[in-house]
This record gives sequence, C-alpha cells and structure tokens, in this order.
Amino acid sequence: MFDKTLAELAKGLENGEFSSVELTQSYLDRIKAEDSKYNSYITVTEEQALAQAASADALRAAGNASAFTGLPIAHKDIFCTKGVKTSCGSKMLDNFVSPYDATVVEKFNAVGAVTLGKTNMDEFAMGSSNESSFYGPARNPWNTDCVPGGSSGGSAAAVAARLAPAATGTDTGGSIRQPAALCGITGLKPTYGRVSRFGMIAFASSLDQGGPMTRTAEDAAMMLNVMAGFDKNDSTSMERDVPDYTADLDKPLAGLKIGLPKEYFSDEMNPAIAAQVQDAIREYEKLGATTKEISLPNTHLAVPAYYIIAPAEASSNLSRFDGVRYGYRCESPVDLEDLYKRSRGEGFGAEVKRRIMVGTYALSEGFYDAYYRKAQQIRRLIQQDFANALLEVDVIMGPTTPHPAFRLGEKTSDPIAMYMEDIFTISLNLAGLPGMSIPCGSTEGLPVGLQIIGDYFSEQKLLNVAHQFQLNTDWHKQAPEGI
Amino acid sequence: MALDRSDVEKIANLARLQIEEQDIPEYAENLSNILDLVNQMQEADTQDIQPMAHPLNAVQRLRADDVTEMNKRDELQAVAPNVEDGLFLVPKVIE
Repeated sequence: MFDKTLAELAKGLENGEFSSVELTQSYLDRIKAEDSKYNSYITVTEEQALAQAASADALRAAGNASAFTGLPIAHKDIFCTKGVKTSCGSKMLDNFVSPYDATVVEKFNAVGAVTLGKTNMDEFAMGSSNESSFYGPARNPWNTDCVPGGSSGGSAAAVAARLAPAATGTDTGGSIRQPAALCGITGLKPTYGRVSRFGMIAFASSLDQGGPMTRTAEDAAMMLNVMAGFDKNDSTSMERDVPDYTADLDKPLAGLKIGLPKEYFSDEMNPAIAAQVQDAIREYEKLGATTKEISLPNTHLAVPAYYIIAPAEASSNLSRFDGVRYGYRCESPVDLEDLYKRSRGEGFGAEVKRRIMVGTYALSEGFYDAYYRKAQQIRRLIQQDFANALLEVDVIMGPTTPHPAFRLGEKTSDPIAMYMEDIFTISLNLAGLPGMSIPCGSTEGLPVGLQIIGDYFSEQKLLNVAHQFQLNTDWHKQAPEGI
Repeated sequence: MALDRSDVEKIANLARLQIEEQDIPEYAENLSNILDLVNQMQEADTQDIQPMAHPLNAVQRLRADDVTEMNKRDELQAVAPNVEDGLFLVPKVIE
C-alpha cells in the first residue's frame, strides 16, 4: 500500500479495495513506527485525520466523492491549520494553534482530503537543509546522515520514506525543488500567483509560492488541481482559469524544443550530476525532443539579488512577531521595548536573526537605492534572460542542485556555502516562473534531480514533460534501502 | 564590506532583536560576508532598467468598501499571551 501513488490510491478507494479510514490508519501506524528515524513530522494529527477519513468514506458511500476524496496528505507546517499547532519550524510559534485554515488547507478539506499531520521545515522557511528547524533537522531517507534539503525538508523526507503519499511545500528560492531533488521525489513550484498565499506564513511575499511534493508528475497534477486558483484573500493571486492539470499528461513530446543554459552546466558542477542530467536529456531526445544551447547571462546575479530581496521582505514580514498578539513572549519584561527585543531575540533562531538583520540593514535610511532597488532591477534582467530564451525553446532544463544531499552539519557554519546550494533554483522565484524537479539519476546512493522550467502558467506543459519521462524511466519508482 | 560591533548593535536595535554579547563577533562576520556576496550586484549595469515589483506586472486589486468580515476577536485573542477584557496587555507605556 505504501508504494502506491495518489493516482493508484484513488483507484483503490474508488474500487472499494480499502476505505479511507483503513488507508489513513495504515499511514498513521507507519508514521508512529518509522518517523523517529527521519523526524519528518512536527505534529501528527491522528484524531482529526481519522475523523476526516470517516467523513470521506461517508461522502463516498453517499456517491459524492471526487478525485481527491479520502486521500491522505501532509501539510508543511507553514500552512495554518485551524485548531492545530502551526509552528513554521520556530520556537516563536511553538505555542501557536491557528484560529483559521490557509486557503490551500481549506481547498484540500473541501474535496475530502485527509491531513495526516504537519511536516518539519527550516525555521520560517529560511534554509536549504532543514537544520534551522527548532524541532531538529529532518533526515534524508536515502542516508540519514545527510540532510533532506530545505526548507520543505520534512515534506520531502515524508514522501520519500513513504510516510505520506504526497505533501504540500512552499518555494521561495528553491524550497520545493531542492528537497525534492535531494530526496528523489517530484516537486513543482507553480507560477507566482497561481496558488493562494493566504494563511501560508509569509517569508518573502514577492517570491513565496506553494506547490505539490509527490512521487510522480501525475500526482503533482492531481494536487495542483486542488491547490490552484484565484483567492480574493491573497492580493497577489492571479485571476485566471484553472485548467485540468491531468488533461495534457499523455501528449507526445515529438518536436519539443529544450533549451540548455550553458551557465547551468559549468565546470564547477558535480560531474556525476552533470552526467546524469545529460543522460536524462538524451532520453528526451529519444522521445522526439530537440535541444539547443541557450544563455541566461545574468544567472550569477541571482543569489546576490535574492539575498537582498528575501531578507528585506522577511524583515518586514517578521516584524509582526512582537510577543503581543500571538506566539512566544519572554518572561517578566521590564518595559515594552524589552518585551519586543527579548521575545524576538529568544523566539527566533540564528539564521532567522541573520536574515532579519540583513534585511533591516538593506532597508535602512540611505541604503535603499544601492540594495533593494538595485536587486529589483536585477530581477528584471533575470526575467528578460528567461523571456529571451523562451522565445526560442518550449522548456529549459538543467540540474536542480549543484550537489547531491550533503551531510548534516557540513554547511551550518558557513551561511554563504548554504546559500549557493540554491543557485539553479533561485532565478525562477525572482522571475516568478514555474519549475519542477524530477528524479533523474543517482550518485553515491543519493538521488539527482532534473529541473524543468517553463513560461508563465505553463504548469500543464511541465507536468506533461515530466510525466512522459516517468513513463519511460523508473528513477521516480526507486525507494531508499529498507523502505 | 566589514561591519563592526557597533553596526551590528545598531541594526539589531532597529530590528528590535536582543542578541547576546558573545554572539556579536559572529554576527558581524556573517553579515559582512553576506554583504560581500550581495555587493556582487554592483558590477551589473542597471541604468534605465525599471525595477520589478511583480513578475506579471499585476497591480493591487480594489474591492467595494463593504463589511465582509465578522468580528472574531475572542477567537483571535485566544492565542495571545496576555489579554483582559478584549485588550492585549503589555508593560506600562505611559506613567
């Protein structure tokens, strides 16, 4: 049962092979037995899950089930869930029981999905290894001495370890795609504005985007069918029809034009990853695609611009955590300033404090033009690079990450080394484009991810391109040893 | 770009963040390294480039000025550290 995809589980429910309560109970039992190895969940919502599963079974019995009814998933602990602790991986919100549901959560509830629990993550989604979590790092199921990536590391680990058939994630600079690559699963960051950010605790509002983390592209399409859509509660949500993301999965790829950015295949690349990605591209050529070298000449500016924009927006967003209205409050404050400073100083971890300070500095008087404005200009240069390239090709491909999963502790003392892990993923967030990572190989027993980038609102195309690869290869079917 | 102790203290104060005395040298070093990284931006020629605020050039939507939300004060204050009679309590601000 744990090897089944969402699509297969949906068929099983439909055919009456098992009920949602049985399915949910098996996952809950498995989490209880196995998750101490991976620390992929912060909260397991056993009671609510079984109640939701019972409702889903009743819905089905009454003939009112839809494609997602009764399917269990996990939510990254950044999505507010009513009546359930929503920590965002931080001591600051360790005591926060959300009074409302995020739109994404509400949408899954509305179709009768079951929430197994809330997954581990880097504190406030700031990190690429899950090591900044207040709850300790999640571990990579392929090698528990290695990180699962981040910030959606718990979601990736849970899906890879078969502790959830699928999970939600969020991606501000690569936080869906990078952990998906490192854990050997499928992850999709949609176009900015495609999935509502309401109730998704804000990190960098102009970059944040929620998306699915699954075993297959087909499952990602099923998830996105539920998640996508306009939301009046999100001021940057796009008013645009939602297509059926499963509709184009089976389209043949003959004639597909793939752009290969020469900046993504530099000499600094891990040679094993470069070779595996080249093999994947040869597979696409066999399916009728053609390739063309392209250039994204401002790629090297993406990480520098990101580390102004994301911290600047974070310093503004995280000013809401003041020890007054919700979240952590320090003991015996002597005055209001002491209350603010100590609640924030004690409630936030080191990486969050670093980023708040970088953002505060960049936005302080006299520095705005040199930093934030400059970064926003570079953002446009990066967007233009992609726009030029996408005039000539349908999709762009390259590695998701420069390295496979690294060891716990290997990069914690050097924030810059950690930031460079997102070098291939960050540009898309700056441009607002959609991108996917799918498993395409393995090196030293660790998965390798292929990144597929498309034009705005081309999620259907990306899912089609990913699905066709998965029909012809079995990297996505491989499981870590012992799982 | 090197930040010193007083820079870090000033930034932390602006951000209303208490930081420990012994952590200041490490913050100074980390923040200086991050600023060195971001200063690579300065080599790019961005003259006449319009800064990008939204990838799809969307603008803020307006809605009719109607009452749409119910009062949820009690529900929202249930997660507050200290409230009384519907008010958030903080240390005395005015003598």
